[in-house]
Amino acid sequence: MPRSVAPWMVERKLLVKAEGETDPKYGCEPEQRPPKDYIRFGVINLDKPAGPTSHEVAAWVKRMVGVENVGHGGTLEALRRFKGLREIPT
Amino acid sequence: MTGVLPVTLEESRKVVQALLLSGKEYVCVMKLHGGASENRVKEVLKEFEDTIYQRPPLRSSVKRQLRTRKIYYIDFLEMDGRNVLFKVGCEGGTYIRKLCYDIGEVLGCGAHMQELRRTRAGPFIEEEGLVTMHDVAYWFMQWKESGDDAVLRKIIQPMEKALTLVPKIYVRDTAVDAICHGANLTAPGVLSLETGITAGSMVAIFTLKGEAVALAEAQASTEEILGMEHGVVARVKRVLMPRGTYPKCWKSREI
Repeated sequence: MPRSVAPWMVERKLLVKAEGETDPKYGCEPEQRPPKDYIRFGVINLDKPAGPTSHEVAAWVKRMVGVENVGHGGTLEALRRFKGLREIPT
Repeated sequence: MTGVLPVTLEESRKVVQALLLSGKEYVCVMKLHGGASENRVKEVLKEFEDTIYQRPPLRSSVKRQLRTRKIYYIDFLEMDGRNVLFKVGCEGGTYIRKLCYDIGEVLGCGAHMQELRRTRAGPFIEEEGLVTMHDVAYWFMQWKESGDDAVLRKIIQPMEKALTLVPKIYVRDTAVDAICHGANLTAPGVLSLETGITAGSMVAIFTLKGEAVALAEAQASTEEILGMEHGVVARVKRVLMPRGTYPKCWKSREI
């Protein structure tokens, strides 16, 4: 099988199909969202500490930031502190 | 075991599926169970830069079925006695512990994963906006006290960042609300699009303001879409923007 290129090494170009404008009355640039929305539509690039599981870490962030729900992208296996901890895809 | 772990808040949880499928990069310490020359180790690491077969380990959270995973690159960094340090770029869902074990088998002496740090998850990397739990606690309190939104931006990034590596299609304002209601994207709504889209691949639908509208499955390639005048361009899989953000611009039949 041919070697594959990592997704972050792929370069993409933007091609225009039609001209158009956007009405400033609706929506807003992601960086300009009001704080409440900025948090709700936000992602934290977190440096996971060793020890706790990804789920535990996510739950702590949830409490700190005071949001109702959090998710995380890709489990990072915890240190195996006790027998029976499942091995998780990284 | 440490490293980049994107945590998605509330609404942005919907982009997790794009992150899970995206590639990962790790720095790993592998411990050999016997002596091996540096050249031999480098040689074997090169052999693994390929599509490899992996069966998830006995204790795992997915079905234990032989599956293939792509290893984009393995860069040998350092070797000290029986400790080997390397960097590996791979597809999501690759078990690095298993990879180390398999490398050990090929070397003949056996090996295991000693330590692991993730340096990339999709578009998120160590060098850009990586924050510790302490940073989050500290800056979040700072923001609460000062009310300065710039502080918030130190720790939180917009969910659109998570879609950096997904090819994008930019659409007209008038197409946005229909998509938010679950309609598929049709050709007249497309303003511009990125290269590298193929039929069946995941795309992200964006507004001209750079807001994510939805994740969708492309029905045609970039070149084909450019030439299309009507018909479905992408089937919406996951709506990211709340309904009503943009005005409703489609006609509904009165009953």
